[in-house]
Amino acid sequence: MSTTDPARTDLGFTDPDPRRGGPLDRLPAIVIPVVSVLLAFAIGGILIWLQGVNPFQAYYVLFSNALGTTEGLLRVMQKSTPLILTGLAVTVGLRAGLFNIGAQGQLLVAALGTAWAGYNFQMPMVLHIPVALVFGMLCGAAWASIAGALRAYRSVSEVITTIMLNSIAIALVDYLASEPFKEPDQPLTRTPEIAPTAMLPTFGIVPSGFLIAIVVAIVFGWLLSRTTQGFRFNTVGLNPSAARYAGISVKGTILLAMAVSGALAGMGGAIETLGVTGRFEPAFNAGLGFDGITIALLARANPIATIPAAILIGTLRSGAAALQFQTGIEPEVVDVILAITLLLVSAPIVARLLFRKRNIKQTQVTQGWGS
Amino acid sequence: MAADEREVLLQATGLTKRFPGVVANEDVSLTLRKGEILALLGENGAGKSTLVKMIYGLYAPDEGEIRIKGEAVRLAGPRDAIKRGIGMVHQHFQLVPVFTVAENIVLGDEPLRWPFVNMKSARAEVARLSEEYGLKVDVDAHVEDLPVGTQQRVEILKALYRRADILILDEPTAVLTPQETDDLLRVMRGFADSGVGVIFITHKLREVLAVADTIEVLRGGKWVGTTVPAETSQEGLAQMMVGRGVLLQVDKRAAQPQEVILDVQGLTVTDDLGLPAVRDVSLQVRAGEILGIAGVEGNGQRELVQALTGLRRCSATTVTVNGQDILNKSPHDIHALGVGHVPEDREKDGLVGPYSVADNLVLDRFAEPEFASRGVRDRKAIDALSTNLVQQFDIRTPGITTTVQSLSGGNKQKIVIARELAANPVALIAAQPTRGVDVGSIEFIHSQIVGARDRGAAVLLVSAELDEILGLSDRVAVMYDGRLVDVLDIAVADRARVGRLMAGGSKDA
Repeated sequence: MSTTDPARTDLGFTDPDPRRGGPLDRLPAIVIPVVSVLLAFAIGGILIWLQGVNPFQAYYVLFSNALGTTEGLLRVMQKSTPLILTGLAVTVGLRAGLFNIGAQGQLLVAALGTAWAGYNFQMPMVLHIPVALVFGMLCGAAWASIAGALRAYRSVSEVITTIMLNSIAIALVDYLASEPFKEPDQPLTRTPEIAPTAMLPTFGIVPSGFLIAIVVAIVFGWLLSRTTQGFRFNTVGLNPSAARYAGISVKGTILLAMAVSGALAGMGGAIETLGVTGRFEPAFNAGLGFDGITIALLARANPIATIPAAILIGTLRSGAAALQFQTGIEPEVVDVILAITLLLVSAPIVARLLFRKRNIKQTQVTQGWGS
Repeated sequence: MAADEREVLLQATGLTKRFPGVVANEDVSLTLRKGEILALLGENGAGKSTLVKMIYGLYAPDEGEIRIKGEAVRLAGPRDAIKRGIGMVHQHFQLVPVFTVAENIVLGDEPLRWPFVNMKSARAEVARLSEEYGLKVDVDAHVEDLPVGTQQRVEILKALYRRADILILDEPTAVLTPQETDDLLRVMRGFADSGVGVIFITHKLREVLAVADTIEVLRGGKWVGTTVPAETSQEGLAQMMVGRGVLLQVDKRAAQPQEVILDVQGLTVTDDLGLPAVRDVSLQVRAGEILGIAGVEGNGQRELVQALTGLRRCSATTVTVNGQDILNKSPHDIHALGVGHVPEDREKDGLVGPYSVADNLVLDRFAEPEFASRGVRDRKAIDALSTNLVQQFDIRTPGITTTVQSLSGGNKQKIVIARELAANPVALIAAQPTRGVDVGSIEFIHSQIVGARDRGAAVLLVSAELDEILGLSDRVAVMYDGRLVDVLDIAVADRARVGRLMAGGSKDA
């Protein structure tokens, strides 16, 4: 491995040369995400209108149910918690130049691991919660590290491996929850309930997991911008050859970034288990990891920005059910809005990738023997 | 100048081209006549390439007019330009490696025996052209097997095959040995004599004076002046290019070599494909001297530098710095022993474009106690050092938080040089230190390299620019096909002798 690394996913987070960039590149960073979300809402509105419902009324129902009641707020915070963490997981990967599509799988493995630690261990609360949490994070980190190691040592694209590991994770947790870890004498595929000592408390209406997630996001904002380790991640992500030249171990950084990414996704799953579901049940947790990708791209790989991005998506997700009850609109309209958002926030990146490819072609149709 | 009676082939008037945030060309005009060699001279970023790209139809001018043989044209693209007799040889060749010379030349304009390509007549036509213009090529050779100089001939023949009478050569000598360069200049003169108008882009003053009829100088996108070789000198041209007086000759005292710092014995390195690139090279560099490695690019210099700086695995009997073994040590360890490295490809290896000037100035020392404590970076210390270095090394930047990618090549390179020299290296390995750098910065970088030598550093200088090697080195080693063919004292190293060695000639010739 020396010059170009075929497994590298160029995500275009490097601000391109201002002299070469298009008009999109000179806008402040926040414009593209905001415009993307607004456009997605507009298109979603058209879909709602086609179903014979006034889109403004529908959005009012959605948001007032999600944010207008204490119960709704609690649900929004619960929904947002794992999303902040999976968004962070994807963000940390992106910063180190890795596209972790596997947050979902890492989260599932961790959620199950946490549940196991939750019902299996007997210990006081001050110990039980952190032990279960860390156990879950280790599960997520280990799962992600498979992809990390393949990438670091064999240059296998983490995009491919994390997608494949997702499928394996789904099958694995399904099996474990229906056979060895199954709650006895119960028809459902699920683990026993965790011990009360492992349950995350709620302060007033604020779940402690939500607070943890926000603190973790802020901590990662600091880590990535102020510490030497953050500098290593960013350098490897922006220019791996310069990183190597500067004495940074690129392999080591990839391994660590992937493990940290998995641990964060795992933390999302662990808090979901300890704070919301109280056990592992495969039917829950669906989609949390994939929303993390949308969130990270919406937040443009900025850890602090994952908080509002995750809360937005958490709000949409938690308001979707009320939308169906009160207006009869299929809740899938929320999926459509999120999909369009993802499409729009990633479009500039994709466009830049295509544009860059074309540029390369001009000089490399025949390889540059020149200089 | 006296009125020129020759037919005007190309006349560009008031060409202006703007890119977002930059005016690449502003009100530039030029006239090319039949049989004329027009040199387009300017630093990187002066707008030479933009200008010829407009003439070749790659860019549409925002303002101004292009007339070809008297007719005002709006070129839709290169195809249009080719149709009107304009041929261009790009810096990066546009050839298909697995095709033969003849196939490459006729590609896109093949003689047909419908529906097939008439290869027989293609080969004959190519052979005729090659004969006529004295551009020797084997029409049946595969392009991938040809040396760079020959590939360039194929490119030129491609343009001639398309009956170009306006030939644009973009930095054609950058990849050639001195002898090949002389050949090319002769061939260009031949074209001119046969009525072709040649636009020759370069930044090498010697070549301009040797071959041009007319010299147009650009600076910062604007036309600065027209001159002819008889009325100017290298110094005069440099002054026009830069806008101020420039010291072309490096001002340096005789070397005072001390003890051996860098000791390399029996070094062998393989390239990316696993083929031997450096074969059994031995060299020594002493404190206080500059050993220059001359050679046409691709003769193992890159792999040699990578091996010495820990970026490529190698085998050797000895590789030591100050007696300490550095064979296959990591870049970090080698750096820690006091070896500074100015990498050949600064954009790829030496800098992180989206990072600030300050972060790039500490790129290889960011974790040292001076700049970080307990894993937290010390912004204040980094900024203090950066402010200092920006001043000391004359880095022209709006500030230390400016991203490096927005700076010019010369300033980027000054950042790399500043970073490497700020650590007071015992040895400095500098590869192509002034490539793509403007004349003014070259002067400064050269003086910094000599300064490092005078402070007692052992300097290994690798450059494809023979003038740079001859100007800076105390001893000159010539590399050919992975071997050091000879090491000469600077007193006996003249262009002809070194050039012969670079081309693979034996040292006794």
